[in-house]
Amino acid sequence: MYNYNQFDHDFVRNRVKEFRGQVERRLDGSLTEDEFKPLRLMNGLYLQLHAYMLRVAIPYGTLNSRQMNQLAMISEKWDKGYGHFTTRQNIQYNWPKLKDTPDILDALADVEMHAIQTSGNCVRNVTADHFAGAAADEIEDPRPTAELLRQWSMDHPEFQFLPRKFKIAMTGSPNDRAVTKAHDIGIRMVRNDKNEPGYEILIGGGLGRTPMIGKVVREFLPKENLLPYVEAILQVYNLNGRRDNKYKARIKILVHETGIDTLRGWIEEVFKTQKAHHQAPPAEMIEAIEAQFQPPEFDTAKVDEDKLSKIISADPLLRSFVETNVSEHFDSNHSIVTISLKPIGGTPGDATAEQMRIMAGLAEAYGYDELRVSHEQNIILPHVRRDDLPEIYKVLKEAGLATANVGLLSDMIACPGMDYCALATARSIPVAQELLNAFEDLKVQQDIGPLKIKISGCINACGHHHVGHIGILGLDKAGVESYQITLGGDGTETATIGERAGPGFSYEEIVPAVSRIIDRYMDIRESGDDTFLDVYRRVGADVFKDALYPEEAASA
Amino acid sequence: MARVVYPKVVTANHLLEGDVIYMTASGEWSRKHEDAQLYEDKNEAEAALKIAKGQAHMLAGPYLADAQIGENGKPEPVHFREAFRTRGPSNYPNHGKQAEV
Ligand code: HEM
Ligand code: SF4
Repeated sequence: MYNYNQFDHDFVRNRVKEFRGQVERRLDGSLTEDEFKPLRLMNGLYLQLHAYMLRVAIPYGTLNSRQMNQLAMISEKWDKGYGHFTTRQNIQYNWPKLKDTPDILDALADVEMHAIQTSGNCVRNVTADHFAGAAADEIEDPRPTAELLRQWSMDHPEFQFLPRKFKIAMTGSPNDRAVTKAHDIGIRMVRNDKNEPGYEILIGGGLGRTPMIGKVVREFLPKENLLPYVEAILQVYNLNGRRDNKYKARIKILVHETGIDTLRGWIEEVFKTQKAHHQAPPAEMIEAIEAQFQPPEFDTAKVDEDKLSKIISADPLLRSFVETNVSEHFDSNHSIVTISLKPIGGTPGDATAEQMRIMAGLAEAYGYDELRVSHEQNIILPHVRRDDLPEIYKVLKEAGLATANVGLLSDMIACPGMDYCALATARSIPVAQELLNAFEDLKVQQDIGPLKIKISGCINACGHHHVGHIGILGLDKAGVESYQITLGGDGTETATIGERAGPGFSYEEIVPAVSRIIDRYMDIRESGDDTFLDVYRRVGADVFKDALYPEEAASA
Repeated sequence: MARVVYPKVVTANHLLEGDVIYMTASGEWSRKHEDAQLYEDKNEAEAALKIAKGQAHMLAGPYLADAQIGENGKPEPVHFREAFRTRGPSNYPNHGKQAEV
């Protein structure tokens, strides 16, 4: 993983010191809230409905056990003993006190972490596949490229005042777990006919008010051309992106209004000159970054698969855990374990301090000291020996962390919504909880099969509802919470924006409405392998709309 | 349909804790909605808000919220967002104001 160099250390410590002074001046009244607000936001401190909230960055979602233990310590010392892991691969504390935040930031800096929200209209924190560096389907680990982009974009003088914020996501695998098609730039590692690795570049994806799927602007870009090409995209966007209207300022609107083919022509034009003038980053720099992301030295002793499979089949609960929460690693002796933070009745993404310590302990004992946070609000142990799976399961089970529901109905994403967020138009967490209760039985969920439900509490779409197979958007309809359903969304390599099903449902009606969709699916699928998304794509929306609005269907 | 105009309370977040607070008749701040002073008169409400805006050293983000007299004769929120603010997050009944009652 990436270790701070002296520059990073000094930078972060200086920011904490500066912020401490700003908090003191806010507390003695010499800074007004209007003056202070942009300063606190730059340091990840928000004011929400009931309290402050501190958002801590976890670059590429990668953590070690020391950092996870520190997150646990912070939650006990300065918060209410838990933390919320989010879709932006970070952790949020919901109850910090203003005067404590500089101490929290110092405690984070002690373990090379920070809450600096690369805020403003610049290139934001680059996100990456949470299985990066471990997945069996991976061409190359995307994180060194993501880190190169971060170093290049940080303090880049030309791109500090873009028309709007700019988000880049990367995957090294053909199976897209990083939702690259819903970002301003999506980068996917691919191979050309000569089997050389390179990048496919997409632009113009995004959710929020105007959801769009990114379009391919370059099918194959040689690795060494990445920086000049991304620079060309940003130059074209910087010059042509709309600055007259904040809601039309993202690059997706430029792509939509100009057309991808015209835009591609402009970008290629600029790229030609960029390439000629661009100084490649020094080889030592690239090597130094790559060295930070080297895989651990794997224990190469052969796993006794016969013995393991006997142990697994003897325990039905363990077997179902292995089937749903364990994924293929590129090294055949190892696996990737996804720890679900979606227990029945819990809050999606929340973990107590004790649970954080247990996960840290597992990483230390069995996981080469590595943990990841996924955008689906789960925690990953990216490298574990397969013969340790039964022991890991046992520890997780005792800590209430062994819910075998990854990829199933209850593995939902929900944004904080009106239980925390000041921008929300409705609640989202209790909707998730009621759905969890309604489909409590894991056997029923396993029967239903892969299903992604995603919930946002307002149009900003932090809960990715547009790319949920079933998306739920909470709105305020004349002073009452109202929930709008979208169907058929998909956030993977076959990304699609879900289609609006029709009029919204009240808080009381939303869970029964979702149940009707699922009942209809169960009625019409051809077999257990015929997934919800497959059926939806085959039969279309109307069949499900009839189930959602039975009265209209009857009178039609 | 004409929009109903409701009386107002002045509300904000406490500077130190971020907790929700309401302005009382005496111009103090209370953590309970029922202690809030209810303004029927628009100008009086605006004047009270202006006072709150002058107290940056102890609060953040003051604004006027709709309220009405409830069954117990005390002010209560009109909109669900304001009702949630009087309680706390619905996923943790032991967090926020609701924990104290
Ligand atoms: C609680 C305080 C939060 C605030 C004030 C906030 C605000 C916003 C706003 C204003 C946008 C729209 C940006 C635009 O379209 O230009 C946005 C987008 C987004 N937020 Fe949040 N958010 C919050 C929490 C979260 C959380 C907890 C997550 C992760 C669970 C998150 C993930 C995202 C994502 C992924 C987008 C991108 C959607 C897109 O592509 O436009 N946000 N947020
Ligand atoms: S989608 Fe809306 S309600 Fe949910 S976290 Fe984002 S801004 Fe808040």
